[in-house]
Amino acid sequence: MLLRLYYQTTMLKILKYSFFDLMRSRWSYVYFGFYLLLGVVLLFLNNDLSKAVITLMNVIIVLVPLIGTIFGVMYYYNSKEFTELLLAQPLKRSSIFLGQYLGVALSLSMSLILGLGIPFVFYGLFKSNAIWDFSLLLITGTFLTLIFTALAFNIALSNENKIKGFGYAILLWLFLAIIYDGIFLMTLIFFEDYPLDKLSLVGTMLNPIDLSRTLILLKLDISALLGYTGAIFKQFFGTSFGLVVSFVMLVIWVVLPVLRIMFKSRRKDF
Amino acid sequence: MVSIENLHKKFGKNEVLKGVDLNIKSGGIFAVLGPNGSGKTTLIKSVLGMVVPSKGTITVQGENIKKNSSYRHQIDYLPQIANFPSNLKVKELIRMIKDLRKNTNEDERLIELFKLQPFLDKKLGNLSGGTKQKVNIVLTFMFDSPLIILDEPTTGLDPISLIRLKELIQKEKQKGKTILITSHIMSFVEEVSDEIVFLLEGKIYFKGTISELKTKTNQPDFEHAIASILSDNHA
Repeated sequence: MLLRLYYQTTMLKILKYSFFDLMRSRWSYVYFGFYLLLGVVLLFLNNDLSKAVITLMNVIIVLVPLIGTIFGVMYYYNSKEFTELLLAQPLKRSSIFLGQYLGVALSLSMSLILGLGIPFVFYGLFKSNAIWDFSLLLITGTFLTLIFTALAFNIALSNENKIKGFGYAILLWLFLAIIYDGIFLMTLIFFEDYPLDKLSLVGTMLNPIDLSRTLILLKLDISALLGYTGAIFKQFFGTSFGLVVSFVMLVIWVVLPVLRIMFKSRRKDF
Repeated sequence: MVSIENLHKKFGKNEVLKGVDLNIKSGGIFAVLGPNGSGKTTLIKSVLGMVVPSKGTITVQGENIKKNSSYRHQIDYLPQIANFPSNLKVKELIRMIKDLRKNTNEDERLIELFKLQPFLDKKLGNLSGGTKQKVNIVLTFMFDSPLIILDEPTTGLDPISLIRLKELIQKEKQKGKTILITSHIMSFVEEVSDEIVFLLEGKIYFKGTISELKTKTNQPDFEHAIASILSDNHA
């Protein structure tokens, strides 16, 4: 019991140091600044809150996974020697890697939440009805950060070669953000004579980016943007149950890669 | 202190350690030598638990190191390349390692010894290689553990710091500690070590004192003794 508590505190300490290390990096501020600018431009030049939320959704869903993957791989490779220093200390491997992972993921999430949150607060978000839509947007963005940073750590742990690791990470992002939808659409067209409800449900759940998009659109309740899969999602689960199901799937998408980080790091040579 | 039995390690198809048996008793300075790629670093990293052995057992002070991390409280390790988070300041790094491991006041004496005060508020990314190595030495020696492992400790050090390092190593030895060193600088090894362990192609070729090695190879000095092992074995 006491031992367990000790391991948890070491993980939190490593998290804290990785977090502050990143908080001092120039790139965190560039990322933060980008969202700040995006929020300001969308709100004060556009004046339509629900349109702003939709535009933000489209940006977040593509950009957050990209930044999460790149930062994750970059942080892992850059802190390699430092990780070796930690590994020689009396610390458990899983607390070292989970601590670093959470440090990266949380600092990225914070840039996102603060960068978009500040302009929205000034805009008068708390008095508006859009607060729930907006919060959901930030929650989904945080989930995507957690998922893609974990995937990036997985890729980096499995590839000693930096260039290969970066390559696979970019490919993963490209696949899930763009190619997947293409293949998915082609399948739907190709098999249009067959019942496709179940297939498209599964197809949506297997891609965290599609899942996030469906989740947000379900909440926004804009049927015109839902598309085929979204409509099936809504029909199959109903709006509120559909929200719960997609949340559970997002959690699974975080948990599985994190478990593999723990598993893989235990067997790795440094 | 450290006992290694039948240690094998393969990286893919590359068999680096091929059955190493080694007993290191408490107290004294042991140098692990061998040509490039002979498995020195792999051996040391196996003892540290950074490399997972393919076969064999390692015990440190009677404790099996498999699936264990607390035994590393007994070990101070100086890694070969010191590359620290570049955004941290020197004193923050020292504070952080103390926070992660245990508190100590030894660092103040070591900072004084290596004249690191002017660098404490500098970021690690802006330090020269030699200064980084001094920080590395401070981090290693501040915990006062019974086993000290030094991987190429002399890298980048100026002559004065080198003398201070040698004095430091001797002092630790007098406290009854066990010190494991790898180095390519033969004069350094000859000066500090009590016993040498010579690795060749993943096996222990020789273990004993330097004078025993000289007798065995029939060579008048240490450097030639090492060279004769290497040329006899075409390594």
